[in-house]
Amino acid sequence: MDQNLKIELGKQGVFVTTIQELYNWGRKSSVWPMQFGLACCAIEMIATTMARYDLARFGAEVFRPSPRQADLMIVSGTVTKKMAPQVVRLYNQMAEPRYVIAMGACAISGGPFKQGYNVLKGIDRYIPVDVHIPGCPPRPEALIHAFMTLQKKIDGQSLTGENRPRHLDAEQQGEFPVPEQGKHDLEPPANPDVWHFPIIR
Amino acid sequence: MKTVEEIKAAIEAAVPGAGVTVVPNGSPSGQHSLLLDAEHAFAVAKFLRDDAELALDFLSNVTGVDWLDKEVTEKVKVTKQVAKEIDGVQQMVDETVEETRKHVEPGYLEAVYHLFSMKKKHGPVVIRMRTKNRTDEVELPSLTPVWRAAEFQEREVFDLYGVVFTGHPDLRRILMWDEFKDHPMRKDYVEPDDFEYEPTAHDKVLQRHKDHVAKVGAEKETGNAGARA
Repeated sequence: MDQNLKIELGKQGVFVTTIQELYNWGRKSSVWPMQFGLACCAIEMIATTMARYDLARFGAEVFRPSPRQADLMIVSGTVTKKMAPQVVRLYNQMAEPRYVIAMGACAISGGPFKQGYNVLKGIDRYIPVDVHIPGCPPRPEALIHAFMTLQKKIDGQSLTGENRPRHLDAEQQGEFPVPEQGKHDLEPPANPDVWHFPIIR
Repeated sequence: MKTVEEIKAAIEAAVPGAGVTVVPNGSPSGQHSLLLDAEHAFAVAKFLRDDAELALDFLSNVTGVDWLDKEVTEKVKVTKQVAKEIDGVQQMVDETVEETRKHVEPGYLEAVYHLFSMKKKHGPVVIRMRTKNRTDEVELPSLTPVWRAAEFQEREVFDLYGVVFTGHPDLRRILMWDEFKDHPMRKDYVEPDDFEYEPTAHDKVLQRHKDHVAKVGAEKETGNAGARA
């Protein structure tokens, strides 16, 4: 629709929009994160929600203690291999549409514990991640930036066509396999549908 | 506070038959420790806690140490009878030959306890216990009934080193999951191959990366790529 016409109509007291805009505006303005923290990044996440940084300005003030009521999973901290199956299970329990922010070096790659035996080298091995934030830990501004990036991403999605969001595509995978805790490592060590070993030559 | 030699003498007087060895520490701290034998360790621990003069009522730390099998090479002088011809006559003559001998000193697992006294404001007293080997005879007496603080730390030593503490009230893994079979802090632990590329990989890390890429490539060719991404 022509923007000038829209503005003209607005002056006359007529509000014109599209279903897509309205729908995405609704989605992006009330993203409720899940209330769970894994390590020191969680402290920054808590600070972000408090009065000084005030994540409520972006419609995300309600941290839900149940995955059934949450839209956004902020993976805030080190994901140990002992914890990884529970994180994937919580993600499975969230209702669509759902988003994931991997917060901090540990959540995106294992961080300083990458060389160790007990830390998952990035949560994107098992679940699809929308926004990665580097930092150890990232400052609250960085989390807010990630949140705004997510809002932009939601705003840019079209409801039909190839790149429509996952919850509007019946073919898309809804549940992601929870890794088993095996004798030596998690089994499988990554979900091949979500993550591939990056071959760099 | 008493020196380790004095503590050793006090233990030997109080617990008959207890085998106590002083393990010297050559560093400037000179924090010598006492090696206890497993059979009497529990009685000795009780004595250390309850003795009026020592009163070691606080256990601050339990650590595990893994000592691998050690190959020792030593030169030994051996006297042998050697046949020799002297002045045209065949004779047996003693001859001293230097020989290098190798033998393997079996490894063991060790638990180290650091004790302090809150009452007397002194410490630390370091006690050690060693298992017979590092494969099947890995039992040590648990000191949890003496110092309750040992409970979680002995579980950790059990989890990461595989020392089995007999008499522990609840000996389960504490950090790794129950199904896990390895002991990750042992020196011969092999890490799982879940490697990911690093932009600044070098030396060992680069080798690991190359091995992993070769493995993934081989699995792709055999059509088993889904098993390990």
